[in-house]
Amino acid sequence: MLTWANLWSQVFNGLARGALLALISSGLTVIYGTLGVLNLAHGAMFMIGGYAGYVAFSYTGSFIAALLAGSGVVLAVGLVMERVVIRHFYDRPHEDQILVTFGLGICFVEIIRFFFGSLSRSMPPPARLSGITSLGFMVYPTYRIAVVAIVAVSLLAIYLILYRTRLGMIVRAGIEDSGMVDCLGIDVHRVFMVVFGIGSMAAGFAGIVNLPVAPITPDMGDSILVQAFVVIVIGGVGSYAGAVLGGLIAGEILSISSMIDPAYSYVALFAVMTLVLMVRPRGLLGAESRT
Amino acid sequence: MSYRKRERSRTARGVSRREVLRMGAGWAVGGALSQYALATPARAAEHPELGTYPAGIAGPSVFVGICTPRTGPYAAVGEDEIKGYQLAIEHLNLGDPLLKRISPRTSRGVLGKEVKYGIADSEANPNTAVQAQSRFISEKKAMMIAGCASSAVAVALNKLAQREKVIYLPCLAASNDVTGKDCTRYSFREGIYAYPTAQALAPVLVANLGKAKKIAFLTPDYTYGHTVRQSMEEALKAQGGWSVATNQVSPLGTTDFSSYLLNVANSGADVVININFGRDAVLSIKQAAQFGIGDRMALVIPISTPFLAQEVGADLMKGAYGGMGYWWTLEETYPLARMLNEAFRKKYNYNPEYGAHSAYLQVAMWADAVERAGSFYPPDVIKAYEAGAKLQSPVGEVYFRGADHQLVRPVIIIKGKKPSAMRSSDDYYEVVKVADAAPLMQKPDAFSCQLGSYD
Repeated sequence: MLTWANLWSQVFNGLARGALLALISSGLTVIYGTLGVLNLAHGAMFMIGGYAGYVAFSYTGSFIAALLAGSGVVLAVGLVMERVVIRHFYDRPHEDQILVTFGLGICFVEIIRFFFGSLSRSMPPPARLSGITSLGFMVYPTYRIAVVAIVAVSLLAIYLILYRTRLGMIVRAGIEDSGMVDCLGIDVHRVFMVVFGIGSMAAGFAGIVNLPVAPITPDMGDSILVQAFVVIVIGGVGSYAGAVLGGLIAGEILSISSMIDPAYSYVALFAVMTLVLMVRPRGLLGAESRT
Repeated sequence: MSYRKRERSRTARGVSRREVLRMGAGWAVGGALSQYALATPARAAEHPELGTYPAGIAGPSVFVGICTPRTGPYAAVGEDEIKGYQLAIEHLNLGDPLLKRISPRTSRGVLGKEVKYGIADSEANPNTAVQAQSRFISEKKAMMIAGCASSAVAVALNKLAQREKVIYLPCLAASNDVTGKDCTRYSFREGIYAYPTAQALAPVLVANLGKAKKIAFLTPDYTYGHTVRQSMEEALKAQGGWSVATNQVSPLGTTDFSSYLLNVANSGADVVININFGRDAVLSIKQAAQFGIGDRMALVIPISTPFLAQEVGADLMKGAYGGMGYWWTLEETYPLARMLNEAFRKKYNYNPEYGAHSAYLQVAMWADAVERAGSFYPPDVIKAYEAGAKLQSPVGEVYFRGADHQLVRPVIIIKGKKPSAMRSSDDYYEVVKVADAAPLMQKPDAFSCQLGSYD
């Protein structure tokens, strides 16, 4: 449907889809940029966030409670995971890190499946955001518009915490020379743990925010993980701004290409990723890669 | 915590992969021993070895491999199917009156042998399903394999069945290809499928929605979606001069339909024909409402998913037309439907959906074919099926076509009721018509079905 009205609709829709991808991918890229660990359990974090929010909602009926509980649970899972498992893998080869996080991801999925079964679960949007909004050129679900705002605020908050606070300074110093930061009497490991927790929480939070848009199933994290990888490859692995830009680009590609032939949306996404890799192997905003 | 308990008990009732493997190991040893001890030279002389015959009938029981989607977008449908299989096998082993109505020669079990079964998860994925059923065939010497939901799985298992010479009964799987270009000698489909459903629906749609309407298709991107789209498009074009405004093709398991729905909203279509199935259907219909599509366009669901109305709610389904294999209110006119519903409700506490109905009926018809053949030797059983005996069923009299192994059975055309018109909490649909499929079906060779060899 190549019409102007449809083009504007799809551009806006791309923004909404991209915002969510940006939030998920930001967590993945922050963890990689800071700790050098590629967390393949990140998709599972997204899923756990959704389920934690779902449980909180089914007890309280409150959207805010779902957001808080979901974020809190995933933060806790992230902290424990870093303390118990990931910490022992910082000095080990990337293959080991990939294997252990991949394995943890499978465990999380199966644990959730054990308790909740495989049927999808969903949660209605909060009453005030549940209607339809007319934007002139299109009607759009009000909640999806709210998602854009919620995600924008969260991205800004994460940015401020990680890059404009004392914690952020320590993190960046720790990346440069963790031994020296240690000598200054700062517990680098604790900081790393917090970063891992916050990175995971970003995915978990996205999982809850997404819950009223699309229902959750235990294996939903798999496809999200793949998309998040595409996003950070396009944006630049380890770059926070790159994740945001990559997310928006991916959202727009998926939406706009659907106007021509929806069956090829994902093909278009991967084609763009390939193109970026050929022209700028470190991604659009990627800095020098870690070794 | 009620939902959690429910899920747990469901897991507990189902058979896990580990259990199946353990049972399999025990069975393999026991089976091997009994094979040597009990193999009857007389029977072996009658029929040569073929597939799992005669190893699979050496003991006092025969094994049936069931593989349905228990995870993924078709999980709810798969669980319903499993309940149908379990009830049918229980009835078979007990010689229940309902089962005897469908398979009159049955006394207990099949040819005096108890029927045992294993359950595996196909994930609606052809590779997973082929692996699971291959294990049932090689380790348990399954004499029959059954189940699917996705036509892509059915097509893959059709081929496995032909190669392994084990009878296969696809469940649901409404693509024309299952008994069309991908038909095989060893596969028999009970369910409704694209072509006759489109032929039965088209006149109802044209009469109620008008002529020369513009269609927006929502099509899942595999054999089922494409053949249903094609059959619907052809039937509506020919019978009402309808045209296609847009065809939105989405991958199986899509959760966010926003882009597709915006294209539909901007297409100028009058009618949305939503071919998605399982969770995909639920999500796309719910999200369509959020994009304001439900108010402007009529909804048609050619192959309506089990549990659809329960999941999306009567408000979104009111006025929607669709096709189905079975709907529980048929019990008002069909005595066997009442028997099935009563037995099913007693055991599972809800009305059987058409996945469960299909599963039950196909097991009963298999028992009937084996009993009539008087032997488990696959070519004999196949010939008994192909004889096309008229059988009683919860949807009236049915029979198999020998030339393409498709059951000739009615298509149930339904319309979503207004919430105020519902007589009970599960009374979502009005049965508009029970369409006799025989005159609606294509000629057996129209989709180039070549059945292949008996041995």
